[in-house]
Amino acid sequence: MNSPSVPVDSPPSAWEELVTAALLGTDRRTPPGCAPGQEAPLVLLDTAAVETVRRRAGLRPAPAAQRPRPAPEDPRPALPSAAARRLGMLLTDRPGVGGGRRGTAPDLMELLPQWLATANDRGFAPPPQSLPALLDAARGRTDLRPAALAFAGPRAVWLARLNPDWRFALRATPGGGAALPHLDDPAEVQQLWQEGLFAERVALLSAIRAGEPAAARELLATTWATERAEDRLMFLDSLRSGLGPQDEPFLEQALADRSRNVRATAAELLSALPGSALAARMAVRAGTCVALDHTGEAPTITVEAPHECDAGMERDGVVAKAPAGRGERSWWFGQLVEATPLGTWPGRLGGRTPREIVALPVADDWQGELHAAWCRAAVRQRDGEWARALLGSPSAPEAGGPGAVSLAERAKLLGTLGSAERAEWVGGFIATHGLSEAFQLLGICTVPWAEPLGRAVVDALNIARDAGSYPWSFSGVMGLAERCLDPTEVSRLDGLLAVPDEPEDASPGAGGYWAEAFQRLVTTLRLRAAMLEELEPSSGSGD
Amino acid sequence: MTQQGVRWTADQVLALAPDAASRKAGSKLGAAGPWSEAGSSDEGTVWGLCKGSGSKPYQTVIDIADASGPAYKCSCPSRKFPCKHALGLLLLWAGGEGSVPPAQQPPDWAQEWIKGRRQRADEKRTVGASGSSTASVDPEAARRRAERRAVRVTAGATELEQRLADLLRGGLADAEQAGYGMWEETAARMVDAQAPGLAARVRELGAIPASGPGWPVRLLEECALIHLLDQGWLRRERLPDALGDTVRARIGLPASADGPPVRDRWLVLAQYDTADTKLTTRRIWLYGAESGRTALLLSYGAAGRTPELALPVGLALEAEVSAYPGAGQLRAALGEQFAPPAPAVTRPPGVTTTEATARYGEALRGDPWLDSVPVTLDRVVPTPDGDSWQLADVDTDSALPLTPAARARSGLWRLVALSGGAPVKVFGECGHRGFTPLTAWPEGQGEAVQLC
Repeated sequence: MNSPSVPVDSPPSAWEELVTAALLGTDRRTPPGCAPGQEAPLVLLDTAAVETVRRRAGLRPAPAAQRPRPAPEDPRPALPSAAARRLGMLLTDRPGVGGGRRGTAPDLMELLPQWLATANDRGFAPPPQSLPALLDAARGRTDLRPAALAFAGPRAVWLARLNPDWRFALRATPGGGAALPHLDDPAEVQQLWQEGLFAERVALLSAIRAGEPAAARELLATTWATERAEDRLMFLDSLRSGLGPQDEPFLEQALADRSRNVRATAAELLSALPGSALAARMAVRAGTCVALDHTGEAPTITVEAPHECDAGMERDGVVAKAPAGRGERSWWFGQLVEATPLGTWPGRLGGRTPREIVALPVADDWQGELHAAWCRAAVRQRDGEWARALLGSPSAPEAGGPGAVSLAERAKLLGTLGSAERAEWVGGFIATHGLSEAFQLLGICTVPWAEPLGRAVVDALNIARDAGSYPWSFSGVMGLAERCLDPTEVSRLDGLLAVPDEPEDASPGAGGYWAEAFQRLVTTLRLRAAMLEELEPSSGSGD
Repeated sequence: MTQQGVRWTADQVLALAPDAASRKAGSKLGAAGPWSEAGSSDEGTVWGLCKGSGSKPYQTVIDIADASGPAYKCSCPSRKFPCKHALGLLLLWAGGEGSVPPAQQPPDWAQEWIKGRRQRADEKRTVGASGSSTASVDPEAARRRAERRAVRVTAGATELEQRLADLLRGGLADAEQAGYGMWEETAARMVDAQAPGLAARVRELGAIPASGPGWPVRLLEECALIHLLDQGWLRRERLPDALGDTVRARIGLPASADGPPVRDRWLVLAQYDTADTKLTTRRIWLYGAESGRTALLLSYGAAGRTPELALPVGLALEAEVSAYPGAGQLRAALGEQFAPPAPAVTRPPGVTTTEATARYGEALRGDPWLDSVPVTLDRVVPTPDGDSWQLADVDTDSALPLTPAARARSGLWRLVALSGGAPVKVFGECGHRGFTPLTAWPEGQGEAVQLC
């Protein structure tokens, strides 16, 4: 039964007899206390009524179970009250069902990521009672998880241990939250490394790697030989952050690993170190494939792809088997060039700069293969100069259309540049090519968008409106603009809010829909401005 | 009192929504976009213009000063009440000062409505005060009506006694097979007998055989308590007055809150709704800071409509309440209100788990049909106990298990998160099924957190 506890001084047998008699029926069982001649059912009900009230009145508390260990302290300052209310609202707004026109109201759930990022920047702690809603939101949206869990803090990890629905928080907590020992205590570190769960060990290794790259590598080396293959892969991957020349001996050794995936990852990491022996070997291989031909009118690059994938190449991470539909030789060639230090090429190609090299014609349709491999190398080696050369001018005609370098590759190349340069390039691209191809590129720009980029987007939206199309052809960019435009740009949009007169050739009603879309954009920007202001450390403390 | 202080939370605003669709539509409007000329006054008026699809914006105004619940007016054609514009505006207002700044004077269109409303309320109050004697126009006719009803209730109670006796003669095991239909029919007979309290109890009997292990004990208990109520009615002449009033209230006979008005600063401890297909019932628990009394306000809404009375948790209001008759009855009616609700700075005093069960035991003396009593527990820790949860005293080894209903609610996790393993103060309902937490306060500083 559910009552707080059984009454202590009631004789249990009498009650049980009553229940038995009630179950069987008084025709079959005479209830206790019933004298001959009395109406048995009524005597039973009378007695049961007295007993029921007596049992309830005599209830005592139950013994306490083992109390949970208190949650760890969260040293961060509490959110200002206005920001706490805003968080409540952002978390109550569940994404709508069905599609359709979105009207002029902002989508609050879309603002949560920025809210969380800002709250994390400013180092606030959440109100404890908001943690269940935060964890539920993080559970539903994996993209929110890192920021939501960082904001939720140590108490959320404590809470997640009590509710299986939130188990993901124990695995996913960045840096392990409160679970990590003091990194300066070697004994504690060793103990967790030897005995911890896999997730805890990954978190430990990443945390140490972030502070002292060498120490993490040394820790990993102590148990490397005994780790399982899939664990080796994950641990090896953690060396990606803070990768440096000192890591080379360890990675060289991993090139001989039993697991193919471990070998491939080790090779990839080594090739990102331009000074490594592996990179030098790859440079020799790639160098024999690429030459400059001066016999024609203009110098031309010629390509002679490898004829076989030998054991040495395989050991250095070249995957021998080409995917379906790709020629083996071009597949091997691409991998060689990708793993070759970009610094090799000026020497090999007549002392030219990257920009000059990229401008050289390539014989026999090898340009696509070669430039794509250089793009991958520039991304892997984070080489800004090569990235710039391969990106070319944003206003060049081939930047917007099909060219040697695809938009996806351009997006990755842009990732190697500083945020201001990135924004300027994308802004220039939009100014020339419009919005239809820009979505992918906008996604990698830093939020809030730098001024020239924001201006380019707003101008392009304005042009699209004047061209008479419907705004939902640009809903992706609109959505991005709501999240990424700098709120201070709001004034620039004032002129776009009115419903314009409809020109003859425009799509019916488009003007009204555009006005609505711009209203939503302005509303969202205002809301974001308010949100950010509420998160100012000094605000909300009263007048 | 600053205006900032009495702003509600989004949850409190959304609790006013008549249905899920308006809740959603209101949330969308709770942003600055479509609103213009919005403002709020210290007297508790919020207003704004909302751009809709037409050329003329809707005029929305809300009066939140009245303790009997906010009043709304909107020029939109919606028949929902409150409409999405009113909800959106309140959300906007709840969001902070930026979008709905405090202003000295509402615009004329809002001012007009407020003035008219306050005037009508004043008139009603004066009429109500003098009109109570004229209400019972013909005492003789009223007495005859009451007598006729008593005869029908007696017939119903007698019939119910017969059915219970038949049930016990054949055994509860048979009731498991008989199923729901038998109880539905009996409940309908009790409705005919004008005994809604009996009807509700009988209807609940029908669900017990399917309620899992231990059902025979629960069925016997509930049958015995119905029997006790029948017998109480049939012998009401011999009962003490207060117990007689309790029996009448439990049977479901109408009564009016004629207790002496108690003026106090009433803390709103909890507000929650329960709904069935026909009716939404809102329960609001109040605690009188000076009298130390706990009172229950009930408010009803027809299907799909929110009950009108809305008192956000964590506020306190200076007002009079009058008790309904009956021993151990906490139900009261809200009377005159002397100032708009303002944030409460005090918390109700709490007791230990042992004192809580003792309080329930004592309350049963006045009303043996009582399922639970309102209790504030001091310094308890929400503690997992197998598949269940309990509230454990921090200083002793005693604990109160949570009711199954409370375990299934999301509020449980807010409570656990708020506590973080540290003691908290919890207000809730404590009875034979366990404890249902409704509101909690963290250790030290901190606002009341709603759990229901």
